[in-house]
Amino acid sequence: MCEQPAPETRRPPGGRDDDEVFLPDANCTSSSVTFLQELPSYRSILRRRTSAGGTQDRRQNNHGFVRPPAAEKRNLVEGTGVENEAVVRSIREYALNIPEKRRLRDIQEANVKYLSGWDQWKQTRNKSWKKFLDEIKELSSYLELWRNDIRSIEGKFGTGIKSYFSFLRFLVMLNFIIFVLMFSFITLPSTISKYGVLNSSYVKVPSESIELRCRNYTINGTKELVYFHTYIIDLLSGTGFLEMTSLFYGYYTIDMVQLKVIKYNVPLAYLLTTLVCLSLSLIWIVKRSVEGFKQNLVREEDQFQSYCNKIFAGWDFCITDLNASRLKHSSLQYELKTDLAEERLRQKKADRTTEEKLRIYCLRLFLNIFVLALLSVCFYSIYRATIYSQENISNDSIKMMFEGNLLVQYLPSIVITLANFIAPLFFSYIIRLEEYSPAFEIRLTLMRCVFVRLANIGVLLFSLWNRISCGNEKCKPCGYNYELYPCWESRVGQEMYKLMIFDFIIIFAVAVFVDFPRKLLVTYYSCKPIQWCGLQEFGIPENVLEIVYGQTICWIGIFYSPVLPAIATVKYFIVFYIKKISLMHTCRPSKRPVRASSSNFFFLVVLLIGLVLAFIPLGLSMTYFRPSKACGPFVNFNSSWDVVPHTIQGFPTALQKVLNGIASEAFAVPFFMVICLIMFYFIALAGAHKRVVDQLREQLVMESRDKLFLIRKLTEAQKHS
Amino acid sequence: MPRAGRRRPVGGVAVGRCPGDGDLRRGGRKRRGEGPGRSRGSWSGAAMGGSASQLPRDLLDEYQELTFLTKQEILLAHKRFSELLPKEERESILLKRVPKSKILTLPELRANPFQDRICRVFSTAEDGDGSMSFEDFLDLLSVFSDSATVEIKSHYAFRIFDFDDDGILDRKDLEKLVNCLTGEGDETRLSESEMDQLIQNILEESDIDKDGTINLSEFQHVISRSPDFASSFKIVL
Repeated sequence: MCEQPAPETRRPPGGRDDDEVFLPDANCTSSSVTFLQELPSYRSILRRRTSAGGTQDRRQNNHGFVRPPAAEKRNLVEGTGVENEAVVRSIREYALNIPEKRRLRDIQEANVKYLSGWDQWKQTRNKSWKKFLDEIKELSSYLELWRNDIRSIEGKFGTGIKSYFSFLRFLVMLNFIIFVLMFSFITLPSTISKYGVLNSSYVKVPSESIELRCRNYTINGTKELVYFHTYIIDLLSGTGFLEMTSLFYGYYTIDMVQLKVIKYNVPLAYLLTTLVCLSLSLIWIVKRSVEGFKQNLVREEDQFQSYCNKIFAGWDFCITDLNASRLKHSSLQYELKTDLAEERLRQKKADRTTEEKLRIYCLRLFLNIFVLALLSVCFYSIYRATIYSQENISNDSIKMMFEGNLLVQYLPSIVITLANFIAPLFFSYIIRLEEYSPAFEIRLTLMRCVFVRLANIGVLLFSLWNRISCGNEKCKPCGYNYELYPCWESRVGQEMYKLMIFDFIIIFAVAVFVDFPRKLLVTYYSCKPIQWCGLQEFGIPENVLEIVYGQTICWIGIFYSPVLPAIATVKYFIVFYIKKISLMHTCRPSKRPVRASSSNFFFLVVLLIGLVLAFIPLGLSMTYFRPSKACGPFVNFNSSWDVVPHTIQGFPTALQKVLNGIASEAFAVPFFMVICLIMFYFIALAGAHKRVVDQLREQLVMESRDKLFLIRKLTEAQKHS
Repeated sequence: MPRAGRRRPVGGVAVGRCPGDGDLRRGGRKRRGEGPGRSRGSWSGAAMGGSASQLPRDLLDEYQELTFLTKQEILLAHKRFSELLPKEERESILLKRVPKSKILTLPELRANPFQDRICRVFSTAEDGDGSMSFEDFLDLLSVFSDSATVEIKSHYAFRIFDFDDDGILDRKDLEKLVNCLTGEGDETRLSESEMDQLIQNILEESDIDKDGTINLSEFQHVISRSPDFASSFKIVL
């Protein structure tokens, strides 16, 4: 009886004449191809085929389909020898069904008695440790915020959109932790001591060293009777009664809190806690992005996602909704078609003539100049708006009018929001003219939008600082413009506060006043223009940029307004529900599919850029700008950072020497060089690994060809013998 | 013979189901006394079929040890599985097999184009009709759970994608796979040339030994480089 030749001797893409040898039935006799069934690779395929039913073969075969974690598995099945304790993996990592796993476990347990007492103890210890970890994981999953909400979103919309919501949850947690830190180390001691509970001392200001003029600081609108609407204005813009609460920098005038024996240095705590919070954010974000980063490094192909990733990991198995699955089918089809089309286009592009290339490059250059011009217009208008707003904030005639005052206060925020809205529209129009590949188009547009959003904040801060510090006579006594800004940190904090409040108002207003009516219009009116407009698309990049922008404001404002993270936590908490309701009811998911992995990586990269941007103003204001003399904990110092050297001077001499040594160049330069060397070593190692992988790949192809050749020769030899 | 208990998907939407095992016998409900090769190993017969709504404690611990599921997940699976059985059979949930048609009414599976293959792969029924026992169901959930390793997931993914069960992914398997992804119906399929181009690209990326097929090791290798696999190959009740 003639068997089919071994399955892996499938027709290789090459030789045509090989086929004849492998045609079944007529040509082969029983003896000629029996050896093929003895090939180890064939046996493993055979095992897989019969694995669903009979399990008899397994006992006899040593190269388990079971995919042993290590070679010691052989001993397991044969019941001989001793297991190495370190190698035994938990049962559940075997690809078997439950009855077979039970049997395997029984065998393992039977083997246990062959082990020495020490190994046995180690095994039981490992087992109970794993069990303990599982229990902890189970308990901690109860604490997870919004678990069911996110799961239902995942089921309806897929993992791409779910990653946006888990990103939002991450930000809520991050802001909450930062708030807890800032509150417990800065606000709590100050507040408690203001109530006289503990023995504390206020900031001592030796009057002869500082001009009296610098210390003149009164807050308007708190001492006299005011219109009621000023309270609302104060609430929305952080002036008036809010200015003297712990919300802003000016409140923290405590110098030292005495707790029995411990002297708690509040200015030092203020500075260090801010730095720790930002570093904590950095570490947490980097930790989360490490996975995605590794993938991006390892992948050799340049394209966004490889075909295998799209096909094998293309379907979201967690989709439960039939409509969503239909949508997923169509979006997968769309994605595949566009990718294949893009590939064909790329081949065509390679055939472009020089003339066409020149034309396209000129066009791109021109458009980039246009983009720069647009950006400068944005920046200039923000600059002017900030100047105007600052000049008119304390203008009394405007103060009488509620709307006028509020408008002036919020003018920078309004201009920034307008710029953030208009610029992306331009970018998405321009990018079509530039004729890049679709994947690159998306990336470039996103980068431009990110840049616009973050640079707008930078321009606002720059224009503020322009006014606060000046080069002329006005600023000489105190180092900053003391007449207009007796407590400039509070003012900066107020601007950040206003930006944040306005951002929240906009998110809320757009959801309620734009998306809902749009949904109602589209559902109930079927006239052409409205239907063409359609529902709002839930575009993930735009939403992500929105919340990253808000988070950057929060980070910049931490130093000037320690309670700002609390406001950010509450804001993002509410935004989660707004976005969820908006997604479920008023939006349609975007046609272009978003992949979870690259989304995660992209979100975290943008967040990291925002964080780095937040470090810059903080660093500058800590080291370069003079802290205000009329308020705050740093009155006695020339810069906020000076409190650290000042404290170090109070340390014992040995410790001082060590710390000074670390901060000096003699340490920093060699340290930097060592880090560079380590980095070069790893880069070289990665390059070497890559080369080895390529070599192995070639070798594998060769081996496969060799095997086919040998089989053919052997078959021929058997036939002739 | 009309099939009792077979329901169309809710809303009458014909979800793209992929040709997996179209010519399997679909008889009525099969009563099976015991799953094949089930060993009574370590738990006592008295624990079997305890109270209607509870799993005995030692069985729960055993399942926790043998699968990647947590206690809550196992209990939830127990509840959902017993809902698929008619009332009078719920006492002896561990002995019964649920026919494939009922399993496919679960929301987690009904919208899935690979539903047939999944049932086929995880079912331990000897006659291959795709019916699942409770332990098969737990196996399914365990492989698709959050904490399962990528190795296990890729192993089972390979089996699910291997439509003709020959242990390798060849051109036909890949074609069927792509058609599953883009949806049933002629207008959703890719054209011949597009399909060829696509399969060519896939094989270029994953077929290391250039034999025109993807075997398990190659598949697992390409999956290990795929960043989306772990998050998309997931089912949670």
